[in-house]
Amino acid sequence: MEITLKQAITDALREEMRRDEKVFLIGEDMGVYGGCFGVTKGFLEEFGEDRIIDAPIAENAFTSMAVGAAMAGYRPVVEYMFSDFVAVAMDSIVNQAAKQRFMLGGQVKIPMVMRTPAGSGSGAAAQHSQSLETLFCHIPGLKVVIPATPYDAKGLLKSAIRDDNPVLFFEHKIGYGVKGEVPEEEYLLPIGKADIKREGKDLTIISYSYTLIKALKAAEMLEKDGIDTEVLDLRTLSPLDTEAVISSVKKTGRVLITHESVQNYGAGAEVAAVIADSEAFFYLDRPVRRFGGMFIPIPYSPQLEADAVPQPDTIYQNAKELLK
Amino acid sequence: MKPDNETLREMLRKLYAARIFEERVNEMFMRGMIHGTTHLSIGQEGVAVGAIYAIKKDDLIMSSHRGHSHCIAKDADVKLMMCELLGRKPGFCKGMGGSMHIVDIKSNNYGANGIIGPSIAIATGIALALKKDGSGKIIVDFFGDGTSNAGAFHESLNMAALWKLPIVYICENNKYGMSTPVEKTVSVPNIADRACAYGFPGIVVDGNDVFAVMDAVYEAAKRARKGEGPTLIEAKTYRWLGHSKSDKRAYRTREEEEEWKARCPIKRFERYLLDNGFDETELKEMYGEAERKMQEAVDFAMNASSPTMEDAKSLVYA
Repeated sequence: MEITLKQAITDALREEMRRDEKVFLIGEDMGVYGGCFGVTKGFLEEFGEDRIIDAPIAENAFTSMAVGAAMAGYRPVVEYMFSDFVAVAMDSIVNQAAKQRFMLGGQVKIPMVMRTPAGSGSGAAAQHSQSLETLFCHIPGLKVVIPATPYDAKGLLKSAIRDDNPVLFFEHKIGYGVKGEVPEEEYLLPIGKADIKREGKDLTIISYSYTLIKALKAAEMLEKDGIDTEVLDLRTLSPLDTEAVISSVKKTGRVLITHESVQNYGAGAEVAAVIADSEAFFYLDRPVRRFGGMFIPIPYSPQLEADAVPQPDTIYQNAKELLK
Repeated sequence: MKPDNETLREMLRKLYAARIFEERVNEMFMRGMIHGTTHLSIGQEGVAVGAIYAIKKDDLIMSSHRGHSHCIAKDADVKLMMCELLGRKPGFCKGMGGSMHIVDIKSNNYGANGIIGPSIAIATGIALALKKDGSGKIIVDFFGDGTSNAGAFHESLNMAALWKLPIVYICENNKYGMSTPVEKTVSVPNIADRACAYGFPGIVVDGNDVFAVMDAVYEAAKRARKGEGPTLIEAKTYRWLGHSKSDKRAYRTREEEEEWKARCPIKRFERYLLDNGFDETELKEMYGEAERKMQEAVDFAMNASSPTMEDAKSLVYA
């Protein structure tokens, strides 16, 4: 069955809510409105106000409330309208959700998911377009999941809801429209496992989220030039699947890492360091190349917005540089 | 409401234990036996004991960074508390939390927090869970005057009021947020006045009067249990010592401190007992017993093993 990524998220949430009555949703305008991007349309009718909680605009408190409910045995799924708003809840995420279990010597678990639409491309300007996923990779105690395809989104969100740790789950706003095959029967995907989306031998492009879809387009362009590109989808940033990275680099010897979040101190830097720190380093034919978002807030003006982040043609050009 | 004699004895034991525990901790810090920092509640014990004896054993509490008295009142084993302060493995948090993070889930104490504000939201989230459970349990949330200025306080009170959550907010107003007097940080005469912004009762009590606290919390707990929502109780009290171990208390006078020490909640409680048929010798014996128990706790903790880095690493993820 072919569905969109947005539908996959909706299906995962609905299935998990039907399966486990301890799962509830909390966020802004999730009920009658169906969520800012319509992910939870119809949920209020099926699950009622007790499980689809329309919260006031109070991201920090409702995130800590979810921590409290998780400590008390529930599995809250928090929605932030835009991933930029996680900054408002940073204290609750970084100081509370991530650390409660550790500080309390393991007396509690914090099974909660914080899901949120991220990324640029919708003309929403600098406060509604960021890709902030790597901020959370720096915090022990959190997991960071960021799928690109409907199949991955569904399987990973279901796993995230069943996970006993706080999980940040990023959904790309433009990526919501990506279509893909999803089986009728139930399945789960493991958090922390990358996936080869396209096999190749000349070059590895490592990416995730909507940039991964762009990387696949770049790989098709490269194919016309006779270049056989492998595309590795990280799917989870924390924990990072280092083995998958190392083995792909050993196979191709050339690697381009591309993502929409700014390049500086980004996931690309971590992946490059993993390569440099491992035996994969000796297999490199070219220096590792990073191609992330520009180090500027996302501009409003349409062409600038597009140019601020990797696009299929610029990913293609960066790959070509590696093959010179 | 006045408890029966056995309960009164138990309450006195808790008051003594809280006072002696913190006096010992203070002394151990001075002598360099404990590292890090600690926030002592000497002078405020009446709030903890009064509030916790107004609720049921299976009701929950959430505490603050100044939380030792709450833990003790809620039946925490002082041996394990002392282990936690010394960073030893048998401690409540396996030595990962220390003074600021003592939590004892077994006695329904969801614990202390090092950051003021979000702990109120966490307690409110637990209240949401209790309401969902339909168990009839409530949670009492302790915090200080300074916390009532944090955004999470206001966000949480609004949601608790909207959803009629079974929670009792207890603000221990000890007159200072670290060094800053309440008058300089709070825009209204009483912190309890802030409840009216959210449409539920705000009540001021003498925090050094154990029975006054008990009565107010009992009524608020009844309200919460009936599904009528939260209450904000402001217990006016005073911390005798500094904010934390390095505080020289330059922001207040010694006269003010003496004035408040004369209003000691424990002395006041003792006086009530003596006026109501208790015998002074019995009280002295109880105090001696509390001191002995504390020495045992210190000895136990000093001899307990320390956690390893492997223990720490195993706790990051479930």
